[in-house]
Amino acid sequence: MASGMVLGGLIGGRILARPDDVVAISGATRSDLASLGITDFTGMVPSDVFALQQILTVPGLVIIVLGGFLVGFGARYANGCTSGHAISGLANLQASSLVAVIGFFVGGLISAHVLLPLILG
Amino acid sequence: MTTAEMEQVEPKEGSESLAVYFTLGALIAVVFMKSEVVSWFRIQEMFRFQAIHMYGVIGSAVAVGALSIALMKRFGVRTIRGGEIDFPARAAARPQKHHIVGGTIFGLGWGLVGACPGPLFALIGSGLPVMVVALLSAVAGAWAYGLLRPSLPH
Repeated sequence: MASGMVLGGLIGGRILARPDDVVAISGATRSDLASLGITDFTGMVPSDVFALQQILTVPGLVIIVLGGFLVGFGARYANGCTSGHAISGLANLQASSLVAVIGFFVGGLISAHVLLPLILG
Repeated sequence: MTTAEMEQVEPKEGSESLAVYFTLGALIAVVFMKSEVVSWFRIQEMFRFQAIHMYGVIGSAVAVGALSIALMKRFGVRTIRGGEIDFPARAAARPQKHHIVGGTIFGLGWGLVGACPGPLFALIGSGLPVMVVALLSAVAGAWAYGLLRPSLPH
């Protein structure tokens, strides 16, 4: 399934779309991110942060390495991630999934509004 | 996928079912890319409540999922191998400490890296080798959880 997803990403990201397409996010988000120093709005992720040569900088370490680590740790700890809890779990009306999704938002709001401005600003 | 769901996957994998997983994986990753839910920008927009995009995608997925599950239960739909589909029982799905604590840790990571485990594979495929680092970190995180599990609140 994972290898299929790599292929799907290739098809979806390279063949059905151009890699330099700009995701049409809202103007408010764009100006918020610009004020944090994001300059490249092409593709799925900003190249200002997501580049191999950024891995050893503080933003690269926190966003890519620590972010990835927390995603893996939290998904195992909470027994599921966005697809398992937010989609399948809520669709099956599981109270535990609703609690997990509330957790996703508590964490995500802290990251977006506190941590990112701290490390990028 | 929750652990309960994972356990439903039978250990013996014929090449036939692997091909099914591969095709489904490719399909969902195309949807991930085209719906832009794997976009770091979209995730930041979602956590700033500045557009309905992500809520629309996730909301409609939940609606379709709820309808599908209701139909599957109503008509007793079986798995591709003819086995019964086991939905987590209400009692087993009672909220516990690990849901909120683990969920918050996952959310912290989601807000930073802007992708959950599935989309990481799709992003690698779309030509972002840097996401291999995020994926390896996620694997390390899952491994660290296994190590610390006995001393964590659940």
